[in-house]
Amino acid sequence: MKMRFRLVSVSAPIIALTISFGLSSLILLIIGKDPYETFKIMFEYGIRGKSIVSIINRSIPLYISAIAVAVGFKMGLFNIGVEGQYLMGSLVAAYIGAQFSIITPLHILFIIIVAVATSSLWAAIAGYLKVEKGIHEVISTIMLNYIGTGLIAYSLTTIFDEPNSNYDLPRTKELPETGKMPPLNKFFNIEDLQDLHGFLVIAVLVGIFYYWLVWKTTLGFDLRITGSNPIAAKFSGINPNKLVVIAMITSGGFAGLVGLGPLLGYFHRYTIDFPTGLGFAGIGVALLGRNHPFGMAVGALLFAFLQRSAQILDLNDVPKEIEQMMQAFILLIVVVFYEVIRRFIVKQQVKDASKRSDE
Amino acid sequence: MKLAINIENITKTYPGVLANSDVSIKVKSGDIHAIVGENGAGKSTLMKILYGMVKPDSGNIEIFENKANMSSPKDSINLGIGMVHQHFMLAKNLTVLENIILGIDRPFLKNIKLSKYKTEIQKVMELYSLNIDLNQYVDELSVGEKQRVEIIKVLYRGAKILILDEPTAVLVPQEVKDLFKNLKDLKNNGVTVLFISHKLDEVLEIADEISVMRSGQMIDTVLNDNVSKTQLAEMMIGKSLPTPPARLTSTDEEVILKVENLKSNDENGRTIFEDVSFEVHKSEILGIAGVEGNGQKEVVEAIIGIQALDSGKVIFKNNDLEKQGTRERLESGISFIPEDRQLQAMIMEMDLTNNVIIGRQNIKKYKSSLGTVKMKNAVNESEKVISAFEVKTPGTSTLATALSGGNQQKFVVGRELEDDPSLLIASQPTRGIDIGAQALIWEKLRNSRDEGLSVLLISADLEELIGLSDRIIVFYQGKLVKEIEAENITPEDLGSYMTGLKK
Amino acid sequence: MKIFKSLTKRYIVFTPILLVLVVAQVETYSQLTTSGTFGAAVRLAIPILLAGLGGLYSEKTGVVNIGLEGMMIMGTWFGAWGGFTFGAWQGVFIGMLGGALFGLIHAIATVSFQVDHIVSGVAINILAAGVARFLNVIAYEGVAFASSTASPRIQGDIGIFTMPFLAGGKIGETVTPNLIGRVEDLNIFLVSDFAGLMLGFLSNISYLTLFALILVPVSFLVLWFTPLGLQMRSVGEYPAGAESLGVNVYLMKYIGVTISGALSGLAGSYLVVAGTGTYLEGQTGGRGFIGLASMLFGNYKPFGILMGSGLFGFADALQLRSPQAVHGLLIVISIFLLVLTFKAIFEKKYKASVVSFLLSAAFLIWFVNSTSIPNQFVYFTPHITTLIVLSFANQRIKLPEKNGVPYKKGELN
Repeated sequence: MKMRFRLVSVSAPIIALTISFGLSSLILLIIGKDPYETFKIMFEYGIRGKSIVSIINRSIPLYISAIAVAVGFKMGLFNIGVEGQYLMGSLVAAYIGAQFSIITPLHILFIIIVAVATSSLWAAIAGYLKVEKGIHEVISTIMLNYIGTGLIAYSLTTIFDEPNSNYDLPRTKELPETGKMPPLNKFFNIEDLQDLHGFLVIAVLVGIFYYWLVWKTTLGFDLRITGSNPIAAKFSGINPNKLVVIAMITSGGFAGLVGLGPLLGYFHRYTIDFPTGLGFAGIGVALLGRNHPFGMAVGALLFAFLQRSAQILDLNDVPKEIEQMMQAFILLIVVVFYEVIRRFIVKQQVKDASKRSDE
Repeated sequence: MKLAINIENITKTYPGVLANSDVSIKVKSGDIHAIVGENGAGKSTLMKILYGMVKPDSGNIEIFENKANMSSPKDSINLGIGMVHQHFMLAKNLTVLENIILGIDRPFLKNIKLSKYKTEIQKVMELYSLNIDLNQYVDELSVGEKQRVEIIKVLYRGAKILILDEPTAVLVPQEVKDLFKNLKDLKNNGVTVLFISHKLDEVLEIADEISVMRSGQMIDTVLNDNVSKTQLAEMMIGKSLPTPPARLTSTDEEVILKVENLKSNDENGRTIFEDVSFEVHKSEILGIAGVEGNGQKEVVEAIIGIQALDSGKVIFKNNDLEKQGTRERLESGISFIPEDRQLQAMIMEMDLTNNVIIGRQNIKKYKSSLGTVKMKNAVNESEKVISAFEVKTPGTSTLATALSGGNQQKFVVGRELEDDPSLLIASQPTRGIDIGAQALIWEKLRNSRDEGLSVLLISADLEELIGLSDRIIVFYQGKLVKEIEAENITPEDLGSYMTGLKK
Repeated sequence: MKIFKSLTKRYIVFTPILLVLVVAQVETYSQLTTSGTFGAAVRLAIPILLAGLGGLYSEKTGVVNIGLEGMMIMGTWFGAWGGFTFGAWQGVFIGMLGGALFGLIHAIATVSFQVDHIVSGVAINILAAGVARFLNVIAYEGVAFASSTASPRIQGDIGIFTMPFLAGGKIGETVTPNLIGRVEDLNIFLVSDFAGLMLGFLSNISYLTLFALILVPVSFLVLWFTPLGLQMRSVGEYPAGAESLGVNVYLMKYIGVTISGALSGLAGSYLVVAGTGTYLEGQTGGRGFIGLASMLFGNYKPFGILMGSGLFGFADALQLRSPQAVHGLLIVISIFLLVLTFKAIFEKKYKASVVSFLLSAAFLIWFVNSTSIPNQFVYFTPHITTLIVLSFANQRIKLPEKNGVPYKKGELN
């Protein structure tokens, strides 16, 4: 019976995708483009070998960001601040990581630790504000995003800027060779394609760790109870304040890893062009994947696929921004349908329960 | 004599439940007509249909001998029906006046002519001898006053038929007397009263005619003069009404729980409770009586560790609990059945397996050294509870929300008792559940007590309190005002202590 | 003693104001209280005010609206497009419609489909950003001065009003003397500062500003003195009770949320039509959320929201016009923290007093060792002000009882 319900849950994203495609087709028609052609071009571009590597690379930070957000969601917390948290983590890690050189595995580990520590700390501020001052984390994390942006801009142009550089714009010193993550192409025999980021390994580990943490441990159990019903959680001995801070720090910790994929994989330094927006994108993926480690992986790949395949559209006279619309549609619709399906399942269970008890 | 209400062959089903099955009643105009039945008999559903909140599957209703088709509360209000709900439908943060006039005007009218409303309401209050200050905020009112507001609310809208759903459930005996006096005044002014209750003594005191419902069906309608309490009880449940069985064993000498001089103020400095001291012995049920809001709930929460104490000691099995948080207290042998099972005791969206762990997540039984949850043990325990407490459910992986109220409560009580605690704190353990579940819980409590369990019992059901407890302490305005052996007290006397009339 | 007590209760409000007035006497920081600053404060406060009022309508009916930012973005885009295609006032109206449309979407998701309010709000923000970007690309194909992140200029403008005599406005063609301006120039302590405040409200005020300001008392009247307002509030307090009296709960929520969308849209239109004149990606800058903060600060009352948005607008104005003056705020903060230190000692909260003393010293050192604040910091003045204000204001906030709780029709008992 449980299986039946699981299958029903999966229908929500499928419905959302279908409707989203429908709406996007409608819009394309309105602006005078052929939907079938558009989607065909996107699809063909998206499944090329080069694209697939690119898609996987893109999905790595999306996935980790989604996990960071999902940890919060499980507790009923909305960590919109993943954006600011990951950028701060990346900046500090880029600066400190470039100051020395040790053997690669240790160097990368060190960079990871620095990034995670920075972002957790930044997230902890929001946790503290919620617990001590009652400020809702949506507002505080968003404000902290703006404050973080300002702090990053300032420190990048002053203390973190590469000394003695001929380059006009501010940027950190480049990471030494030992601080760069080697690509995985060797293992998959795809040496003719571009680098497949080694950070993929970390992403998979993160997913497994997330699953274990939330569904297997007592801490995760406490998190989920508090997210479902904070009052019952309090009556069961949980200290909700402590848990809020722990959840925010954990979420922030995951956030710190988000920027490391790009940083260790190809950027190798923090510049003003460093990829932004991953924090917000992660929210979408978490909602789409319903906070489930596998669902979010699929969601991340889906969004990465859309982003990548849309790039070809410019060359075909279709505004590539249609892809952002599609993402947004998917999001809004899937969120509605998850709710609809959830209620349906509950109704079914009530029916089953009263039927069985009459037997 | 005119019929105020004529209900014919009403049927209503919900998924898996036949709430009303071919129900017919005739209510004479100007009568006080009672409908009795235990929880789950279908009375509430019938009232919701009368009030337009729910549509019947089939059947006819006539109001004042005109066919009536009510698809919303507004329709019923227009026909002269007013409903006073068991759980008051008043907005706490609005004033009495605002609550009374809500919904009267169509929303897109310009201004509320407040003074006009005030005079009209005053007239109604005078006519029916009901008094209340219109400018007060509802959350400042007492329970009896809130009920009065509800009555004025419906009378102001021209109600000629008043439906009262379990009106005395939240009142002490003195307030019940006041209410009955008001009802008689209403009757003298030509209002028909429909009175839903399961308290047979009260019904026999006030009603002209009594209709009995059981398992969704209308059993019979009788004149008050022609029927006895036992007869009504037997009609209600099809067999004799269970009473809590007589006390057998005596309490032990050993003191399990001792509280000394507990005091707590709220954030505005007002006293919630003070000078609270009492003991609970082994093999004893100590009942706590008190009108809602007199501090007893907070004292119990302080013992659990949720309510902060300004001063005083809580000593459990000779250990001062001050340093221990809620979690440690729950793990050291105290079990707690909170007042609101859906809000405080269970996670509705989770299944029973997960719900059995709540309150004890960190004990060795459920938590491994790695920090993972031992699900297998949870499944076993849950199944044990389900069978020992006769919880009707397809299995332990059913969501908590799918169970009926009675079964949810049985599960919660079972979870707490199967843990083999030394002290059980039970707050309203049988509120709102059917008689079968209630009897089972009573039996389990008594058995555990006989085997050595100490119980702290809070209940608004005075018969339950007197029937189960060995001793009873009474809370009034945050202080302990009386301690008495349960065999020496009646509900009326208890009510007097609870309202400060007796000292 | 009693007067002292009630004054000390309000010290959180009075002390900073007093300190700012004192610091403003110093030449370098005089910008703190000039009419120029106050005028800018008014202009910057209005979008926050409108967003805050929007939040109020929604939350009073029990729906949390985090999507104000997204609705404001729609207001900016549609306002710019309407202004470009038709004219200024049309742009304003179309911007409102754009915001209202998204409000409606939020209402459908939360009320009819019972989606979690915050999730829906977040989704709306993401949707709005995507829609704005997309529409901007396709709507101005081939038009000059348009890029994917900016729109061309609107036609015409709203029109500005300056009070004659008091503020030197025109009557017909003649320029009248600027009486209050003269008072301001006299540089008398308190009087001139107050003159600056008044002048900020009376000169170069857009008609749209006046409209927005009128909405404050109008909202108060509507919500507390009309049947509609009572029904809306009852739905946020006790929907089951309201329904039992025949109130159409769903309809009231739809109205509240759609109005909140319209007002946020108006806020966006204002940014464009009475401000930059074009749509720029990111121009809302979090003001939707600051509007939410002003709603919390104002304790869910229209006049409170006015005060709150005024405060945030002031912070914004300083950041934009006189970064130099922001430096002066450092000493204000330092002294205020010192006052808090004494209060904490008085209340025997020693840990807190040490913390505030250290912070006070830190700000003092920063103030003394610098002549200005780096502009990257100045940029987030409004955001950090929001956090600070919310930290102090949160204790006494009273939410509508059933705020944020999804309601299903017939969900009684």
